Order: sequence, then structure tokens, then C-alpha cells
Amino acid sequence: MINKVVKDAEEGVKGIKDGMTLMLGGFGLCGIPENAITALKKEGVKDLTCISNNAGVDDFGLGLLLQSKQIKKMVSSYVGENDLFEKQMLSGELEVDLVPQGSLAERTRAGGAGIPAFFTPTGYGTEIAEGKEVRWFDGKPHILESALTADFAFVKAWKGDKAGNLIFKATARNFNPIMAMAGKITVAEVEELVEPGELDPNEIHTPGIFVQRIFEGTNYEKRIEQRTVREK
Amino acid sequence: MSLDKHGIAKRISQELENGMYVNLGIGIPTLVANYVPDEINVEFQSENGVLGMGRFPTEEEVDADLINAGKQTITTKPGAVFFDSATSFAMIRGQHVNLTVLGAMEVAENGDISNWKIPGKMVKGMGGAMDLVASAKNIIVAMMHTNKRGDSKLLKACTLPITGVGCVNRIVTNLAVIDIVEGGFKLVERAPGVSVEEIQEATEGKLIVEGDIPEMKV
Repeated sequence: MINKVVKDAEEGVKGIKDGMTLMLGGFGLCGIPENAITALKKEGVKDLTCISNNAGVDDFGLGLLLQSKQIKKMVSSYVGENDLFEKQMLSGELEVDLVPQGSLAERTRAGGAGIPAFFTPTGYGTEIAEGKEVRWFDGKPHILESALTADFAFVKAWKGDKAGNLIFKATARNFNPIMAMAGKITVAEVEELVEPGELDPNEIHTPGIFVQRIFEGTNYEKRIEQRTVREK
Repeated sequence: MSLDKHGIAKRISQELENGMYVNLGIGIPTLVANYVPDEINVEFQSENGVLGMGRFPTEEEVDADLINAGKQTITTKPGAVFFDSATSFAMIRGQHVNLTVLGAMEVAENGDISNWKIPGKMVKGMGGAMDLVASAKNIIVAMMHTNKRGDSKLLKACTLPITGVGCVNRIVTNLAVIDIVEGGFKLVERAPGVSVEEIQEATEGKLIVEGDIPEMKV
């Protein structure tokens, strides 16, 4: 077994430099690498480009790194839950690249899979197609989208073993498995870290080959954005 | 009487067919799930990575790791499945999802749709909307016929940045059911008690009226 274990989040973010490109898993606040974000804030690296579906809320998730102005550019599909974000974007302090969610996912997957670019129907005829090559396949127009990779990818899983194999829980999976593939160094934080052999190989979602560092996270807050309940 | 948003959702539920996989957008579309006829089996897909969405949870059932694309807490039905975002959009882009219902700010008579950006005012991002409209075979727009200022949302051409080109098949509003056809908006049904003239008045784009237009049954 190749042991991927690091002590904690602070050891997990070691080697990150100003100006690097990071990927961070999660959809809204669901399945975000909470411990890594806290460690990045503590580390104080700046001018970061962050690729993440959303930008957190004002005081949680990636919002914490916006507060401390560590982010230079965001690559996201939807950023509507964060006033600070909007303010920094409109003032020009923060560069923003809005990408359709499916293209963001596929560009990430492609980056991890060694596919440099691909044609997709998504966004044809819209602003996001400006400057992109158009090709027709089966009588329909498609635009060329390029792959995304990152210096570091931070993902959050439910369970993981010391070899870096990961299992995600429910919809906390979202972008985490594909970002794990696209990071030059992928750092996984898990709720439960177990010995190799304890996870059933049939049920592993992310093979450990995609993970360079793994640690057991602490104090997960798992904030809920829209708590919707019904009466019994 | 024009319909309220629940009425719109109820009318759209009549479009559901047995065996369909359906993606519902945020807002009025989400309400469609409340009106699925008993005799029909459909599965709801949410693009954050779940197929087989169930009801909202009770307080005890709430799980922060289980949400829909609107970030609302949900439950799953037996047979549900979770998947990553790339797989989710493979279902959408690959046309495995049979029906997409989403909201809009504007629809043009050629089927263009705008629902993601108001330049200088609202820049929240498109989320999954561009992928959904680029690929779905069957797109129904659920919206009010006019905006808060009373201006028509059914236009000759979209004034806002578009989300997709020529992709809308059907529009269900508080006033009417309208299909996009060659040449414009074809009036299919009227909301109960709403006249063709009222619909005409609220529609800026070309409205095609052929023969008697029946009332919706809602």
C-alpha cells in the first residue's frame, strides 16, 4: 500500500503558493472541504484562482477566503448566494469566469482524463460561446471547450482509507470525484479514515490513484442553506 | 381568472407521461412535483447528483448531505441513486432526461430563452440552465406571462443575454398554454375565464390563433 496519510489540514495545504490554481469540491455548502478552507485561510496564500461550482456564502465556505481577499479569480457556474462576492465582482476586485455547470463538470473530468478539449452543444449562440470554435456534428452546432486542471484539488469524502480510496455520501459527492482526478496534488479530507481493506473495493467511488494526501477532518459544521421540511 | 403559480404547476403536471425522467428547475417548476397524477410513475433528477428525489424531509430526517439543486433539503425514494456532476450532465446532455421544466425571464417567438443574467443588475450565473436547454428534446417553460412592470415576457426577440437558441417547445403561463411553432407563438389553451384578446394583449411576439381555443382543465 502507498500511504497517503497526512496529519491534518495544515499539512494538507503545504506547498501552496500565491497565484496557484485550486479546485474545491462541493455544491453550495454540501460536500465542501471545510477543513482545507480553514487551513487555506490560516496559511494566508493569496491571488488564488479557485475553480468551484459556487462561492460559498458570506461567512462560510469559500466566502471565508473572499472575506480575507485571498481569491483573485473564481471559476464557477452559480454565485448567487454571496453578497460579498457580488460586491467584489462589480467593483472589479474579483475576476469571475462563469461557466455552465455541465461544461464545468466535463472540463474538469476531461482535465483529469487527459482530454485537452471537447465539443459541446451547451452555450452555442450565447455570450459564453464568444471567441470559441464552432463545429457542426449531426446537423447541430457545438462549441469547443478546453479542459481544466489545478495545482491543488481539495475534496471532501465520507469515508476514505490510507491508500486514498474514497466513498462519498449522498449528494455531497457532486464535483468531488472529478476534481480529485484533475488536481496535480489532490488532498482529500474524510469524516472517517480507515485501514486499507476496510472499504469494499466494489463500493469505492474514487480510486486512491487520484489522491495524493488524505486526512481525517474534524468539527464538520455541514451548514444547510435551505432547510425545507414537511410536517410529519 | 388567470392562474397562480400552483395552477401553472398543476397544468404542467398534465404533460408528465409514465416512465419519464424529469428535471425541474427552481421556482414554479419545483411545484410540479406536488401534482404528479397517482397513476403515473416519473423520476425526478436534480443536477447536483440525484435521481429518484422524494418529498421534503421531516425535521428528524433532515440530512445536510442530501439536497437538491435549489440547495433545499430533500429525501429519496426507494430505487434512488447518487452520482457525480459529470455523470449528472451526461444524463442531461446525452438526452437521457426526457423532460425539462424551467423558469424564464423572456422567451422569443423563435424559441430562444433568457433566464440567467440582467447586465449590470443581476449576475448570479447560469448554473445548469445552459446545459439543460442546449440538450433537452422537450423543454417546457413555466412563467408568468408578464413581468412585474406588466411588460410581456413573450417577445419577438429576447432583449436579455440568451441562455439557449431556439430550444423552447412549450410555455405554460398564468394566462395560456403556448407552443413555439414556425412563425411564432401558437395559442393552444386559455386559462379559465381568460379571453384570447387578453392573451393577445399580453403577448408582444406574434401570437398565432387558429380556430376555437379551449380552456385549460386545471
